[in-house]
Amino acid sequence: MSLDAFLRIGETATLGSHTFTAEEIKRFAAKYDPQPFHTDEEAARKSIFGRLCASGWHTCAMWMRYNLKYREQAARWDGPGPRPTFGPSPGFSNLKWLKPVYAGDTITFTRTALWHRPLASRPGWRLVSLRGGAFNANNEAVLEFENVILLKVE
Amino acid sequence: MTSKRWAYEDLTEGRVFDLGSRTVSREEILEFAGEFDAQPMHLDEEAGLKSLLGGLSASGWHTCSVFMRMMCDAFLLDSTTEGSPGIAELRWRKPVLAGDTLGGTSTVVSRRRLKSRPEMGLVTFRHVIRNQRNEAVLESENPILFRLRDPGAAE
Repeated sequence: MSLDAFLRIGETATLGSHTFTAEEIKRFAAKYDPQPFHTDEEAARKSIFGRLCASGWHTCAMWMRYNLKYREQAARWDGPGPRPTFGPSPGFSNLKWLKPVYAGDTITFTRTALWHRPLASRPGWRLVSLRGGAFNANNEAVLEFENVILLKVE
Repeated sequence: MTSKRWAYEDLTEGRVFDLGSRTVSREEILEFAGEFDAQPMHLDEEAGLKSLLGGLSASGWHTCSVFMRMMCDAFLLDSTTEGSPGIAELRWRKPVLAGDTLGGTSTVVSRRRLKSRPEMGLVTFRHVIRNQRNEAVLESENPILFRLRDPGAAE
């Protein structure tokens, strides 16, 4: 099978859905982003968000959880050669937190692979470009970003 | 009026915030990775050593979250911030390995008032996080919203 088919180049894959509870929003925020609108309902009401909402980094981390799940279970590989394996990522750009993720929101995560090319500096590795997305129950985008990631292809 | 120390008016171009120092423990790396990024290089010493990262390393999203906490403690919690619309650019320059101690700075590079919300302004920062060897591990540029202390005053 081709790498294009393995990565589903140009297709938007649905990675899964997650309901953000107030409890987990507060738990993440207490560790990493203890701004009042992520830790306290009353303070959130007075902020521009109007209600308790998740740290933007919490939404990003949850995207990663569902991205991995998809990578391990849904993406089929029937050769030739060993299954390509993902490595680290050098970073991301144009990340936008478009709408708040409120307590109780069910968020659906997506991933679109855009292209892949050989990495001149590391033989056997390719660079894959992805677009990540997340949508609430009204199908409003809450998160989008562009990401590149290394892929080992033998 | 606000009782917070840092409002839009204080965030002039060139102002630098020291983000303090924070050690990223093995336990914390395992806990974050177990919940959000369960790849072998973030969960297992051996797998980390064999990976391009060269050791048990924090998820990039974990490094972002630690960076967020450092900004909160350094200045955001004592500011008029109302959140951020996003991240223009973020680079994971080097792996963050178990036991690394991170430090860094956030520097104001530009700012503007919002036409749609005259009581607020958008401040763009350049952030650099370094390890104990003074190597940059994370670099980023992003805008953050802050309320004005005194929206009525002429700037």
